[in-house]
Amino acid sequence: MDKLVNKHRSGRLRSGIILFFVLMLFWLMLSSQLRIDVFVIGTIVALVIVLLYGDGLSFLTELRLTPKAILTGFQYYGYFFKELFKSNFKLAGIVLSPSLPINPAIVKVRTRLQSRMGRLMLANSITLTPGTLSVEMDGEWLYVHWVCMETADIEQATARIVSGFESYLEVMYG
Amino acid sequence: MVEILIMLAAGITGAAFLLALGRFVLGPSRFDRVVAFDVLTVIAITFIVLAALLENRGIYLDAALVYALLSFLGVIAIARYLEGRF
Amino acid sequence: MEAIMDIIGGLLMVGGACFLLFGGLGLIRMPDIYNRIQAGSKTTTLGTLLTLAGAACLQPAWGWKLLLIGIFLIFTNPVSAQVLASTAHRRGAHQSPLTEVDRLAEDREGKA
Repeated sequence: MDKLVNKHRSGRLRSGIILFFVLMLFWLMLSSQLRIDVFVIGTIVALVIVLLYGDGLSFLTELRLTPKAILTGFQYYGYFFKELFKSNFKLAGIVLSPSLPINPAIVKVRTRLQSRMGRLMLANSITLTPGTLSVEMDGEWLYVHWVCMETADIEQATARIVSGFESYLEVMYG
Repeated sequence: MVEILIMLAAGITGAAFLLALGRFVLGPSRFDRVVAFDVLTVIAITFIVLAALLENRGIYLDAALVYALLSFLGVIAIARYLEGRF
Repeated sequence: MEAIMDIIGGLLMVGGACFLLFGGLGLIRMPDIYNRIQAGSKTTTLGTLLTLAGAACLQPAWGWKLLLIGIFLIFTNPVSAQVLASTAHRRGAHQSPLTEVDRLAEDREGKA
C-alpha cells in the first residue's frame, strides 16, 4: 500500500516537472528573449499552473524520455511530414482532375496503442495522412473515413492506414 | 522582388478565401458551414502572417497566435453545440 | 545569402498559398461533408505551415513565435477536423451516394 502511494507521488512529481518545463519552453518561445524578468515571471506562472493543474494535464506528460524514444520521435516527425506532403499532392490531384475520382467509405481499424496521448497522436496522424480522416474512436477501434477506399477488410485496412505510424508511436508512448 | 512574391501569395490566399466563403454561403447543411468557417479562420491566420511581413511588425504574430487559439475553441464549441451537449 | 533566403521564403509562401487554394477548391467540389473536411483540414495545415516557414526565412528573428504557431496548428487542426466529423456522423449528416461502406453506421445499428 505504501509502495503504491509512493509510486503515485513520484508519478505526480515527474509529470509536474515535465509540465513545468513544457510550459517554460512555450513561454520562452512566445517571448523570444532571454531577459531575467521574463524568466522570473515565466517561472512563477508555470509553478502556479503546475500546482493548480498538476494532475489534470497529465496526458501531456505521458511520453517516455528514454534516448530511444526521443530518437524515434524525430524519425516519427520525418515520416509525418513526408506523409503530409504526399497527402496534399494526392488531394490536389483529386481536386484538380475534372472527373473527381473518389471512392469514399468509412472503414474500421484496430490499434495496439494503450496510452491516451498515443491514441490521440495516432488519430491526429491518420487525419493528416493520404486520404484518411479519423471520425470516431471507441477503445481500441478507430473508424476512419477514406476518400479512395482500397479495402474494407479490418486487418488489411489496419495494415495500410495504422501500421506506419503505430510502430513509431508504440516506442514513444506505449 | 520579395514583396511581389508576398503579394502573389496573398492574392492566391485571397482566392482560396473566396472559395471557402462560397462554401460558407452555399451550405447546404450547418456542418458544411462550420467546416468552411474552420478553413476560413486558418486562412485568416495566413493573412495575418503575410500582413506582419508586409508591414514588418512582429507584434501581429501574437494576434495570429490568439486567433489560432480562439478559432480552435470556437469550432469545438460549435461542434459540441450542434451535438446537443449544452 | 540573404537574397537567396528571401527568394526561398517567398517561394515557400506562394507554394503554401497554392495548397490553400486547392483546399478551397476541394471544399467547393467535394460531394459530402466528410470529403470536404478532408480537403479542408489537410491542405490548410500544410499551406499554413509552408507560409510560416517562408515567413521564418524572411524574418529569422520571428522564428520561435512562428514555430509556436506551427506546433499549435499541427495539434489543433486535426482535432477540430475529427470533432466535426464525429459530430456530423452522430447527427446523420448527408452522405454522398458514392460512399461504399459505412462500418460506423453498421456498428451503431448493431448496438442499438
